[in-house]
Amino acid sequence: MAEPARARPKPTPETQHFWDGTAAGELRLQRCDACANVYFPPRPFCPSCASRKVSIFKASGKGTLYSYVINHRPAAPGFTPPYAIAVVELEEGPRMMSNIVDCPQTPEALELDMKLEVAFEKLDDKITLPLFRPAKG
Amino acid sequence: MRRNAVAVVGAAETTELGVIPNMSQIQLHADAALNAIADAGLKLSDIDGIATAVETPQQIAHYLGIKPTWVDGTSVGGCSFMLHVRHAAAAIEAGLCKTVLITHAESGKSMIGKLPRSTPPDSLNGQFESPFGVYGPPSMFPIPVLRYMKTHGITHEQIAMVAVVQREWAAKNPRAMMKAPITVEDVLNSKMIAYPFRILQCCLVTDGGGALILTSADRAKDFPNKPVYVLGTGESVETPMVSQMETFDSSRAFRTAGPLAFKEAGIAHKDVDHLMIYDAFAHLPLYGLGDLGFMPHEETGKFIADGHTRPGGKLPLNTNGGGLSYMHSGMYGMYALQESVRQMRGLAPAQVKDAKISVCHGVGGMFAASGTIIFTNEK
Repeated sequence: MAEPARARPKPTPETQHFWDGTAAGELRLQRCDACANVYFPPRPFCPSCASRKVSIFKASGKGTLYSYVINHRPAAPGFTPPYAIAVVELEEGPRMMSNIVDCPQTPEALELDMKLEVAFEKLDDKITLPLFRPAKG
Repeated sequence: MRRNAVAVVGAAETTELGVIPNMSQIQLHADAALNAIADAGLKLSDIDGIATAVETPQQIAHYLGIKPTWVDGTSVGGCSFMLHVRHAAAAIEAGLCKTVLITHAESGKSMIGKLPRSTPPDSLNGQFESPFGVYGPPSMFPIPVLRYMKTHGITHEQIAMVAVVQREWAAKNPRAMMKAPITVEDVLNSKMIAYPFRILQCCLVTDGGGALILTSADRAKDFPNKPVYVLGTGESVETPMVSQMETFDSSRAFRTAGPLAFKEAGIAHKDVDHLMIYDAFAHLPLYGLGDLGFMPHEETGKFIADGHTRPGGKLPLNTNGGGLSYMHSGMYGMYALQESVRQMRGLAPAQVKDAKISVCHGVGGMFAASGTIIFTNEK
């Protein structure tokens, strides 16, 4: 029997561009054309000023570690504990939940405010997850 | 809302608390409701308003045989009952109903007749949190705490003291689940759940319920128990996604609801004799003390570690033992309200002497929602 897989996101019409982006190796955010607010998660209007004129752009993929837990139990399907569940503060402002890869899952290795960069992990042909790793250099 | 225009005239928990393998979830609602109705000396037919969460009002009204003219199904997590009190007070003031029953119950441990909780994969949580391994509240609720600690200079030992102090209160409550004394070392050596939190910093998982009955203050004096008046109220919501909170240094829902209640009540923090802050996890009392304005966040950890909230301290906090040691069936707000009412009636097992004002602050979801009720026993 196959190992249980991690929860797989199912895009909606409003979020499809984000998941198309990660599949193409891009982290896509939205910016309001009226007030320049950059926001996440995706929606076709600005949650700051309500303008429907918004643009999708490719984010730098750079961020810092805002906070995290290292989950021991119970573990989600598809995860081997202990594993960190992190919130990353993107260079452009918004924050997003993610995992930190290429890094020991320990309090010593996971320092708040450490620099991170996006690392894409392909789940299948349609879904690629935006994960993060310690920034090089 | 007008101060003290509405009062709690009936309050009770389920006959048993803890592990209740012989009752389904709706029967736990009914058990609590019938106990509260008996406490108020009322008949079922006297109830014309009903509020509940998770279970629908129609489910509970039908099961109990109540024919309401006002219903509230606000379901924003464990503080839903604080919001129900606020909404019921407004409805009674507006003349929409006269006598409101608020029920909570959850077969949280035995899982009998419990509705499944699920996160659809195309919801925002399902797309932007579930894929990263969140799995139940212990993996989500503590996510902000490392940032809070760094920003405000809070230590692991100070947060461990939250659990230690609440165990001291629980020891005074015969119905508390966990009564054996614990130390900071016990807490910091207990089983790791989601770093930085260990099992003694996480709430219990139990079965149980509670119910409240509210009516106008004019009628309240005719009931068998000392009326407990609603002095001030506040509510708010922020986000269902913990990752999308405005900041982890504070809770926006807390700092909206809390000050609203204080303003409505017209009281200062020094007037507060008794305080309940919903503690699903050990960091919540720290957020609550800061966001409700009792002190700057930088001082919350030291305040608790110095013993100011323990029995005999100047600000008695979570005097039933809290979600960490008293009970937590899934939506603890109802039990916090029950303890505030007991304290205002003067009947709490760990009674705070001469307490006249009690602040009861709740959280829903993972900082998703908040409700604050300020009670008094003086009109």
